[in-house]
Amino acid sequence: MTRHIRHAAAFCALLLVALLVNALRVQVVQSGRYDDNPANRRDSIARYAQPRGDILVDGAPVTGSRDTGEQLRYERTYRDGPLYAPVTGFASQVYGTTFLEHTGDSVLSGADPMLSPFPLWNDVTHGRPPGGNVVTTLNRRAQQAAYEGLGGRKGAVAAVEPSTGRVLAMVSSPSYDPAVLSGNDPAAERAWVRLNGDPDKPMLNRAARQTYPPGSTFKVVTAAAALDAGVITDLDAATDSPAPYRLPGTTTGLTNEGPGCEDAPLRDAFEWSCNTVFAKLGVDTGLARMTRTAQAFGFNDVDVRIPFAVAPSTFDTSLDQAQLALSSIGQFNTRATPLQMAMVSAAVADGGQVRTPYLVERTTRRGGATVATAGSRPSRQAMHPSTARLMRELMVDVVRKGTGTNAAIPGAVVGGKTGTAQHGLGNAGIPYAWFVSWARGERDMEPSVAVAVVVEDGSARRGDITGGGMAAPIARAVMEAVLKS
Amino acid sequence: MAAADAPAPAALLPRRRGVELSLIVSAVLLSVYGYCAVGLAKDGTVPPGAAGYGAGLGVLALLAHLAVRLRAPCADPLLLPIAVLLNGMGLVLIYRLDLETPGDRAAPTQLVWSTLGVALFIMVVAALRDHRLLQRYAYVCVVAALALLALPILFPAVNGARIWIRIAGFSIQPGEFAKVLLAVFFASYLAANRTALAYAGRKIWRFERLQLPTGRVLGPIVTIWLLSVGVLVLERDLGTSLLFFGLFVVMLYVATGRTGWIAVGLLLASLGAVAVGRLEPHVHSRVEDWLHPFATIEAGEGPNQLAQSLFSFAAGGVSGTGLGLGHSVLIGFAAKSDFILATAGEELGLVGLSALFLLYGLLVERGYRAGLSLRDPFGRLLATGLASIVALQVFVIAGGVTGLIPLTGMAMPFLAQGGSSVVTNWAIVALLIRVSDSARRPRRATPDAPRQTPHGAPHPTPHDSPHDPPHAPPHAQLHAPLHDEDPRRPG
Repeated sequence: MTRHIRHAAAFCALLLVALLVNALRVQVVQSGRYDDNPANRRDSIARYAQPRGDILVDGAPVTGSRDTGEQLRYERTYRDGPLYAPVTGFASQVYGTTFLEHTGDSVLSGADPMLSPFPLWNDVTHGRPPGGNVVTTLNRRAQQAAYEGLGGRKGAVAAVEPSTGRVLAMVSSPSYDPAVLSGNDPAAERAWVRLNGDPDKPMLNRAARQTYPPGSTFKVVTAAAALDAGVITDLDAATDSPAPYRLPGTTTGLTNEGPGCEDAPLRDAFEWSCNTVFAKLGVDTGLARMTRTAQAFGFNDVDVRIPFAVAPSTFDTSLDQAQLALSSIGQFNTRATPLQMAMVSAAVADGGQVRTPYLVERTTRRGGATVATAGSRPSRQAMHPSTARLMRELMVDVVRKGTGTNAAIPGAVVGGKTGTAQHGLGNAGIPYAWFVSWARGERDMEPSVAVAVVVEDGSARRGDITGGGMAAPIARAVMEAVLKS
Repeated sequence: MAAADAPAPAALLPRRRGVELSLIVSAVLLSVYGYCAVGLAKDGTVPPGAAGYGAGLGVLALLAHLAVRLRAPCADPLLLPIAVLLNGMGLVLIYRLDLETPGDRAAPTQLVWSTLGVALFIMVVAALRDHRLLQRYAYVCVVAALALLALPILFPAVNGARIWIRIAGFSIQPGEFAKVLLAVFFASYLAANRTALAYAGRKIWRFERLQLPTGRVLGPIVTIWLLSVGVLVLERDLGTSLLFFGLFVVMLYVATGRTGWIAVGLLLASLGAVAVGRLEPHVHSRVEDWLHPFATIEAGEGPNQLAQSLFSFAAGGVSGTGLGLGHSVLIGFAAKSDFILATAGEELGLVGLSALFLLYGLLVERGYRAGLSLRDPFGRLLATGLASIVALQVFVIAGGVTGLIPLTGMAMPFLAQGGSSVVTNWAIVALLIRVSDSARRPRRATPDAPRQTPHGAPHPTPHDSPHDPPHAPPHAQLHAPLHDEDPRRPG
C-alpha cells in the first residue's frame, strides 16, 4: 500500500505542477495578449482613475476633469468648450479622442514614460504619474475675437505668428461643446448621433481639416511666382492683358467684377483683384514655376502636422493652359485650408520664409516641469526677400485704398487680400468670402500676426459676398487682439 | 535505510507544538497585515476592524492550537498553521471584495462560519480519541452522505444548480459535508475488502496485471458511487461529481494497487466526459467556454466570466497589483466564491498564487505523509482520501478559473466564500490532525504496544523496506491484517 500511496502522491504533485505551469502561462507568458484584449476594461479604468492633464491657453487651463465616482472615474470637462473645440477636440470615454486630446493623449493621461521621475519607475511601482499638461501657442484674445467675429456663421479663422509659425488662433464655426461626449452615459451617445448627423458638421475643424477654393487670395501666390520668375519687373508697368481674357485653347471669355482691368499694371490689378490679369500672368509664368512657388508655400504637402494632421491644400500639377489660367486665380482644382492661406500671408510678412505651423508650445508634468518643447522648426524660402518686399507693398495698398479697407487698423501697418471664391456645379454655389492679411504694429520690427478668414455664409445675397465686406472685419479684430496683447 | 532508522520513533519525533504555535502566530499576523494592506490601499487608513479581526482570528487559532496540544499532542505541526493562514487569507480576500460591493457584505458571515468550522475542529479533535472508531460508523456515514446529497432536490434550484438548501437565512451546501462522509465510508469499506478486491478477479484478455474484480465485491461500491454521481448529475453540480469520481479512483487504486483501476477509471471518465459534454447543454457550454474563452467577445456580447478571470490573472503578472488595487470585481457574479483565486492572482501576482498553491501542496503532502506513517489500512486510506479531496478540489477549481480545464463550480478550500465548505475543510483538517497524531505517536508509550508484540516478528516484504519512511518501521505494520503488496507479484 505504501507504494501506491506514493504513486497517488506523485499524481497530486503532477496536478500541482500543472497548476503552477498554467499560472505561469496565464500570468506571464501570455499575459500581454490578455492585457491588450479590447474587452479588458483595466486599461480604461487605469486611464480614467486620475484627473486628466489640462490643455493650457495663455497659461490658464481650458479643460478640466470631473470626479463621477463611477468605474471610469474622471470625465473631461471644458471651459469655453465651443471656442476651443477645433483645437482641443474631445476626450470621450466611449468615442476616443481627437485633435490635441488625441495627439497629446499619452501626456494628458499620464501614460507617457517621459512623465515618470526615473526610467522604468512606473513598471516597478505599477503606478501612473499624474497627467501632464499641454501648453498651446494660442492667444486667448485672438481666439475670442475670431469666434465672436464669425458669430455662428459657417466659416473658419486661422492666425499664425509669421516669424515662428506659432498658431495664435484656430476657430471653426459652427462649433459644439466637446463636454457632451465625455461620459459613457446614454446622453453622450445621443449627442454623438446628433453631432454626426448635423449637416453643418460642427465637429469639423474647418480651419485645418477643410479645404476651400481660395479664389482671389491665391493671387498672392501667382503674383509672387511672377515676380520671382521675372515675368513682372515693375509693379507699375502696364501688363499686356485683354479684358475679357479668352482662356487659351477655348472660346470661353474670363471677365472681371469691375472695369479698368485691361492692361492694368500689377499694383492696380492686385488692388482691384483683376481676374483677367492674373489668369494671363499665371499662364505667362508657366506651370513649372507656378507649381514650384505654390509647393514652396506649402501646397501639395500631404504631411503637415500641428501636431494633428492638416488636410493637404492642393495645386494641380498637370494642367492645360486654360486650367492653369483658372488655377492661377484660385479656381479649378486649387484648394486651400484657411491655415494654408494664413501661412501664405505669413510668408509674405516674414521676408518669404514659410514656417511650419505648430499649436503645442511644450508639454509639462503636472507641476509645470517641461517634458518636451516644440523645438526649432524647419523653414523654407517661398520667394526672394525682394519679392516679399514688393508683395508687402501690394498687400498694404489693398488695405489702404483697394478692396480690403475694412481691415485697416489705426496705428498699424496692415497688408491684405480679399477673395470671393466661386464653387459648386457651374459655380452655382453661394461663393465663399475670403480675407488673408498680416499686421505689424508701428513700433514693431516685423509683423506679429498673419490671418486667414473664410466665411461660407449661406444666408447672404450673392452680390454682397466679397471678402472685404464679410471676412476683412473679422481679420481686423483678430489682428487687433494680437497687436494689443 | 529503514533498517538503519528503525529505533524507537519516540526519540525521533519531537512533538513540535511550540513550532506550531509560532507558525500560527505568524499566520495570524500575516492575515492581519493583509487586512491592513487592503484598508491602506483603498482608503489610506488602517481599517477600524483590524484589531478585532486579528483578535478574532487569533483567539480561534489559539483555541484550535490548545485543543491540539491537549488532545493530539503528537500531531503534525504544519497542518493547523496552514489551515489558519488559508482561512485568514480567505477572509482578507472576501473583505477586500466586500469593499467593491457595499450592499453585499460576505466577510462577517464568513467569519461566523469560520468560527463554526473551528468549533467543529475542536470538537472532532477533542471527542474523537482514535480515528479507527470511525470505521464502526461506515454505513451510517454512507447513508448520511446519500441523504445529504439527496436533500437539495427537495429545494428550489439556485443559479441553475440544486445544491443548496436554505434554512433560516443561511444557505447550506450539504454535498460539501457528504464528501468527508464518503471518504470515511470508502476508506472503511476498502480496508475491509481490499484482499477480495485485489486478489479475486477475472483477467482481462492476456494482461496479467489488468484484472477486473468479481462483481460480488465490486457491486456495492459501484452502486453507491453511481448513486452519488447520479444524484449530482441530477443536481447539475459537476465539480463535486468530478471530485467524487477522482476520490473513488484514487482510493481504489491505493487500496488494491491494481493499475487496472486507473485504466478503467480513465476510460469511464473520458466516456462520461464525452457523453455529458455532448448531451448536457450546461456542461457543453462550459467546454465551449474553455476551448474558446473569448467567443463571447468576438460575438460582441462582452467578456464572459472565464475571460474576465483570465484578464484578472494576466493583470497580476509576476508581482501582482497589491492587495486592494486590482479589478477582479469585473468578474461579477461569484467573484467571492468560485473565482476568489482570480483576486489572489491579480493582487498577489504569480508569486502569491504560487505560494497559495504550495501551501495547498504542503497540506496535501502532510496528509499523505500521515498516511504513509500509519499502520492500519483504514487510517492510511482515510488520510490518503482526505488529502486527495483537498488536492482534487484545488485542481478542479484552480484549473477551471485559470483555463487549464473546463470550469466547474467549486469552492477553493478555505479561501472561497461558502460556509459549508469552510466547515467541511476544518473537519478534514481535524481528521488529518487526528490521524497524524496516531501516525507520530510513539509506539511504546501507547498501552496497545505490549499486546502487539506477540503477533509476530518483523517480516518486511522485499519492496516495502526501501520505500518506508524512517518513522514507520516494519514492525509497526504488524497489527495490520494484510500485506501491503500483492504477494503474487514478481519482485
